[in-house]
Amino acid sequence: MPTPILTAAQKCFPNLEGKEDWSIKGYEKRGGYKGLKDLLKADRKVHIEKLKASALRGRGGAGFPTGMKWSFMPDPAVTGKPSYLVCNADEGEPGTCKDRDILRFDPHTLVEGMVVGCHTLGAKVGYIYVRGEYYDESSRLGQAIQEAYAAGYLGKNILKTGVDVDIHVHLGAGAYICGEETALLESLEGKKGQPRLKPPFPAGFGLYGCPTTINNVETIAQVPPILKNPLEWWTQHGRPNNHGTKIFSISGSVNRPINIEAPMSIPLKELIETYAEGVVGGWDNLQAIIPGGSSTPMLNPEQSGSVLMDFDGLRELGTGLGTAAVIVMNKDVDLLRVMTRISGFYKHESCGQCTPCREGVGWVYRLMSRLSKGEGTKEELDQLFSLTKKIEGRTICAFADGAMWPVQGTLKHFRHLFEEKINDTLTR
Amino acid sequence: MPTIRTEAVVVGQTPKALGLNLKWSKTAEKSIKNIIARYPATQSRSALIPVLHLAQREFDGWLSVDAMQLVADTLELPYIRVYEVATFYTMFNLVPVGKYHIQVCTNCACLIGGSDAVMKTIEEETGLKNGDTDVKNLFTITEVECLGACVAAPMMQVTSTHGSHYLTHLTAEKTKEILSHLKKGKNPADLADTPPAPDVDPITNNKYGA
Ligand code: FES
Repeated sequence: MPTPILTAAQKCFPNLEGKEDWSIKGYEKRGGYKGLKDLLKADRKVHIEKLKASALRGRGGAGFPTGMKWSFMPDPAVTGKPSYLVCNADEGEPGTCKDRDILRFDPHTLVEGMVVGCHTLGAKVGYIYVRGEYYDESSRLGQAIQEAYAAGYLGKNILKTGVDVDIHVHLGAGAYICGEETALLESLEGKKGQPRLKPPFPAGFGLYGCPTTINNVETIAQVPPILKNPLEWWTQHGRPNNHGTKIFSISGSVNRPINIEAPMSIPLKELIETYAEGVVGGWDNLQAIIPGGSSTPMLNPEQSGSVLMDFDGLRELGTGLGTAAVIVMNKDVDLLRVMTRISGFYKHESCGQCTPCREGVGWVYRLMSRLSKGEGTKEELDQLFSLTKKIEGRTICAFADGAMWPVQGTLKHFRHLFEEKINDTLTR
Repeated sequence: MPTIRTEAVVVGQTPKALGLNLKWSKTAEKSIKNIIARYPATQSRSALIPVLHLAQREFDGWLSVDAMQLVADTLELPYIRVYEVATFYTMFNLVPVGKYHIQVCTNCACLIGGSDAVMKTIEEETGLKNGDTDVKNLFTITEVECLGACVAAPMMQVTSTHGSHYLTHLTAEKTKEILSHLKKGKNPADLADTPPAPDVDPITNNKYGA
């Protein structure tokens, strides 16, 4: 049975394709800010329970249950410190481009999400950390915030509910690592974006040492529709523990690259054929698919033909949903070159704090560059693999793991490509 | 007007001041006040990255030692706190750049989509390769990492006093068209896939274009 195509009323982001007005007028016409007053009057515990029941999991890559994360936040009346909600709009994982379309085509979904989120977490101030390159996008977000202030959805005593929320946009300056939540906090404090050791976790000691929750744009923006609608509105989609809708960014060798909101647990093949008009040259021309952004190991065509796109389905195959950025490579693509380029990306973006990562990602990149050109020996392929295993899991944050997984995935599925190149050089 | 600024900051070497005697413009001073007001009173260090963006906009698109010192004085931070941040983030230029800083994404989706053709066209049209600036200081070409517009690949970002804009769905033809548009000194936003909101310039916090 094919997965249903979502109607506008079933979507969290009805204007994701940018066909309608992105300003407050358009958003209100699509039903936005309706019911906000009731959400702000309700108790935060009710919201957290509903989020838990919805099984919403973080959309930024790790897939941590949002309701649980939010329940970790202490009551500001007890701590005597302010609490903060920080939105992670530092989208930078190669292949991922969904937050950009939310910011430029439906920015009010995020603004409303920040208001509801701040109320639920007991925060009076929220920061939206937008990657510095998103200049036009943050310009639109800035206008959306101004509009929301003017309409009384932000500021003091919102809609006479007694809730105060201020939100600010903070531009980053080009560092992938700032997408890691503690690096983001460091950066927001005006420092180099180097991840902190955890514990302490941000819910106890976050921004300026105060309780802080950090969530992805998509996660925060999905909260108001989940809270406003009956639970089944959300849980009818996707398998248990993976419920809801999700934006998939489909790029690479497809006929129509697109950002699309679709039900979770949709088969990957169906996703590509229904929304991206199929692989260039047909499904049989498929070489490999990266399912969730550059750091998730790739799938071969056979796996791609049967996998369901959700957290658990991809984990069973040794990869992950990540940011749900699907990068398709058909047989015309020089796969080793693409994977080497991705290795180069991690070399460039390592923050330099932990030795295994700072030194290791460089070694891996240099080995990849050589081996992908057929310069080297087959023993070095094993050396490359064992090297990735010595880097993975030995650093403060998950960056190094994310840098090693794609290399391991390449060796697992496409070792023969390296070997062919090496043989070519030997017989030349 | 523009002092000759050839001496760039070399990471790892003791940086030298250029004696430029920089000062903020009136509008920049106002922007700085607004920026600092976003953070708690004791946390003005948070304003560092936004103020560095502003300095780069004010002082010819790059951060000289003098500009970083001015930022340090403004936020009452030691120079090293500014320097270490400026060297950490890719968007801060420690060497002078051309009037239009063309940043071409060559990461996975753009590579698959044909970023080679974009780089080749740029080289044919301007003679410039990755990292080059032309003698007239019109263009600087930089290959960059994924800019988060992968479904519109291949793409580039053009940074100038007009802000930073994404030009997407590139082909050799479109790249030529962009270069000739810029050679006429025009605003890259004219060709951007997302026009900015007229009321907000995220760097200065003023109206766009003001
Ligand atoms: S790969 Fe070029 S924008 Fe993402």
